Amino acid sequence: MATTAKQSRKVTIEPVTRVEGHGKVTILLDENDQVTQARLHIVEFRGFERFIQGRPYWEAPVLVQRLCGICPVSHHLAAAKAMDVIVGADTLTPTAEKMRRLMHYGQFFQSHALHFFHLVSPDLLFGFDADPAIRNVIGVAKKFPDLAVQGVMMRKFGQEIIKITSGKKIHGTGAIPGGVNKNLSIEERDFLLKDLDQMIEWSKGALDIAKNYTVEHLEELAPFGSFDSNHVSLVREDGAMDIYHGKLRGIDFEGNKLFDDFDYTNYRDYIAEEVRPWTYMKFPFIKSLGTDDGWYRVGPLSRVNACDFIDTPFAEAARKEFMAVTDNKPNNITMAYHWARMIETLHSIEKIKELLHDKDLQGTDLVVKGDRREEGVGLIEAPRGTLFHHYKVNKDDQITMANLIVSTTNNNEPMNRAVEGVAKQYLSGKEITEGLLNRVEIAIRAYDPCLSCATHAMGKMPLTVELVDSDNNVVDRKSQN
Amino acid sequence: MREDDGLGPAAAEAIEKLDIDGVTVDSNYQLTVEDSAAVAEHDYVVFVDAAVKGAEPFSLTRLTPKRQESYSSHSVEPDAVLWLAEDLFAAKTVGYIIGIRGYSFEMFTETMTKKASDNLEKALDFLESFLNSKSFIRAEQEYETFIKRIQKI
Repeated sequence: MATTAKQSRKVTIEPVTRVEGHGKVTILLDENDQVTQARLHIVEFRGFERFIQGRPYWEAPVLVQRLCGICPVSHHLAAAKAMDVIVGADTLTPTAEKMRRLMHYGQFFQSHALHFFHLVSPDLLFGFDADPAIRNVIGVAKKFPDLAVQGVMMRKFGQEIIKITSGKKIHGTGAIPGGVNKNLSIEERDFLLKDLDQMIEWSKGALDIAKNYTVEHLEELAPFGSFDSNHVSLVREDGAMDIYHGKLRGIDFEGNKLFDDFDYTNYRDYIAEEVRPWTYMKFPFIKSLGTDDGWYRVGPLSRVNACDFIDTPFAEAARKEFMAVTDNKPNNITMAYHWARMIETLHSIEKIKELLHDKDLQGTDLVVKGDRREEGVGLIEAPRGTLFHHYKVNKDDQITMANLIVSTTNNNEPMNRAVEGVAKQYLSGKEITEGLLNRVEIAIRAYDPCLSCATHAMGKMPLTVELVDSDNNVVDRKSQN
Repeated sequence: MREDDGLGPAAAEAIEKLDIDGVTVDSNYQLTVEDSAAVAEHDYVVFVDAAVKGAEPFSLTRLTPKRQESYSSHSVEPDAVLWLAEDLFAAKTVGYIIGIRGYSFEMFTETMTKKASDNLEKALDFLESFLNSKSFIRAEQEYETFIKRIQKI
């Protein structure tokens, strides 16, 4: 903590614990210890959109995986989808699409399991005010060893699927422009099938933990960092949840559509990004609603809210229970992200089971090509939310433009609102304890942000640090461009 | 990979090609908690990675299982992986870490520096002999003998 020479006080939480990547939260208190402002600053800069220019387009699906060590598969598949358009592959072969789907569901399964068991469960199992020495994954392993083992094995299972479908564990090459470069052998299929039923049972168990926790603590959780918001996600043509492909849907906090489900190739007609001086992460918004009202949420909460149904039986039953809490209107409770995330975990393993029993995965027709194009957009639902990859390619096959809106960037405004709301509710006029500070982080963790991905653009990065006293005088300021 | 950051995966790839009896090879971007499950299935584990400083051409250190209180599960230390293997799976796996000295980690390329490549070659010489002999209990002595031998050359 830092105390300025004047009456105001600035409290900084750095780094934010148990999220992927690195961020900083700054809270400004006035002379009466009332929160006047709180912000989530993203301090990382990565530069992918600039240095990928000039590279041959076929490198993109492999290169962009370096964006992040936690969710590389999402970038791999989004870039591959964009490059499908470039090479004129409008419809993949059944084997290619299903291999990619299997990879994607495997990724969802392991990413959600990691987040729930290793990042979130310490707060849910020990309580928000528990000793930090035990409120971590090692503490969970000590007191709830069965649960810790499940988390490890679920994550391992998802990683095995990724390894098998993408060809290797590090920077897999499974998805290529126009298709995939391998199918699923019978041996690989049988290897995965042997643990499948156990994974389904454990997923149901994790869902019960998340659901029961939310329902039992609903009174406390409902206002915690919560607010009415718009929600955006991909949905299938028939309105079903589809995390791999579909049309882009936007709804408001009551479930009314903000626009007709549209072909995401035209995303720039609907979505724009705003730059603000105090963070490297941009602020996407729905253009028709403007910067003040056009922000929206993405990720598990938004996907469950936006879809009409889920096409796997256990997850669909879980979705109906979830929606019943808010009388079948969209759920805007921030902590309900965890419940929605476990619904998706169950959905993912159900889809994996379907795919493993599909003979198309052993097909040998892997790649299609068509008429070459100069521009391609690929959207996918990553575990953390809607992921946009957009490229332009010249006649020499070089990438000349790249625009990425990564999942966590979409949640930038919501995370800031959650931080400010929790800070005002729990920090104003009270003694600053570690538990209180942790509540601010809990609000951020609900979004499962990947802050490593969310800063990838070079060129527009004004950053100004100001210290403002209670009389609104700037006592110190530093800027960099 | 960034230049000499590829030393670990390069070593794993080379060892895998040797197909040494009783040895399984795994390679990843970073260690995570589920690696404890794989480690628990083995009596010995050798973690191999690039080292930004330390002994040349490579170092070998015996690990002690250690509970990690990191703020992030983004990566887990090798000694914490051993601790999890013991705590979750009751494994008594003995662990070593080999740090192959690297020098440049800046450029976005899969080519290593010449010095790092030379260090990799020496580390692979040691690993091949060490893994074939299965003399894990005498690992530190084997390492000292090897280093003295190559220093005389």
